[in-house]
Amino acid sequence: MVKINGEKIHADGKNILEILADMDYSEKRVAVELNKQIVPKSKYSDTTLKDGDSVEIVKFVGGG
Amino acid sequence: MVAGNIPSREEVYQALVERHGENLQRKLSRVSVAVCGLGGLGSNIAVLLVRAGVWNIHIIDFDKVDISNINRQQYFIEQIGQYKTNALYENLLKIMPYADIKRTCVKLSENNIPAVLENADIICEAFDNAESKAELVNCVLEKMPEKYLVSSSGMAGFGDTNLIKTKQITEKFYMCGDGESDIADGMGLVSTRVAVCAGHQAHKVIQIINGSVEND
Repeated sequence: MVKINGEKIHADGKNILEILADMDYSEKRVAVELNKQIVPKSKYSDTTLKDGDSVEIVKFVGGG
Repeated sequence: MVAGNIPSREEVYQALVERHGENLQRKLSRVSVAVCGLGGLGSNIAVLLVRAGVWNIHIIDFDKVDISNINRQQYFIEQIGQYKTNALYENLLKIMPYADIKRTCVKLSENNIPAVLENADIICEAFDNAESKAELVNCVLEKMPEKYLVSSSGMAGFGDTNLIKTKQITEKFYMCGDGESDIADGMGLVSTRVAVCAGHQAHKVIQIINGSVEND
């Protein structure tokens, strides 16, 4: 199980890009932290989640 | 104080020391805060900070003041058409002539963010465009992990202001806003709700500075 934004989800073996697509996030409007470390955008497809990982997806919407 | 006379730097500084104490005020006046984007969020953040005694502020924007900004941004009607960096520079110094305000009229992107923000201790992301927000935050987190970063997402519309929160994401990265209310959904930006979010961001900056005093 992987914790994504505090919720436990079966996402083991998926990479960050797949998770973003599954959860309907736009890749250009997020920042992703894996176990409290920023994941560079260039590493999204190479970063595979494993059991016990904790992911925080910060979503940006317009307005300011 | 006689009306019209501007008090000396020392008098103004002492008035702030009376509120904050010597140690906190010394920090407030020295810590360098960059405000990226000078719209409804950034212009309010800068005004709040300079009033609170933060005297070292770097304001950054590429845009000019527009008639549509007057509903929520800290500009005067006669400043329409001026670069926001110049207009806000003038307004901040009118509030606090002893503040050290640096202005950079540039569109921030991955290529220039590290150079422009090099000297900031704390960075406020205050853009309006979602992709620009994400670009700045990702760039700072990846390339400048030593900086504090206070960003925001979700403050459009007429929704309850109590939905706007400050959330700590990692040790030095904070997010303010409701996380959801998107200008793209047709909601306008209302001065009150944008100001609440700007208040969250500015207050987090002050808390970070206060925390650094307590940890000395």
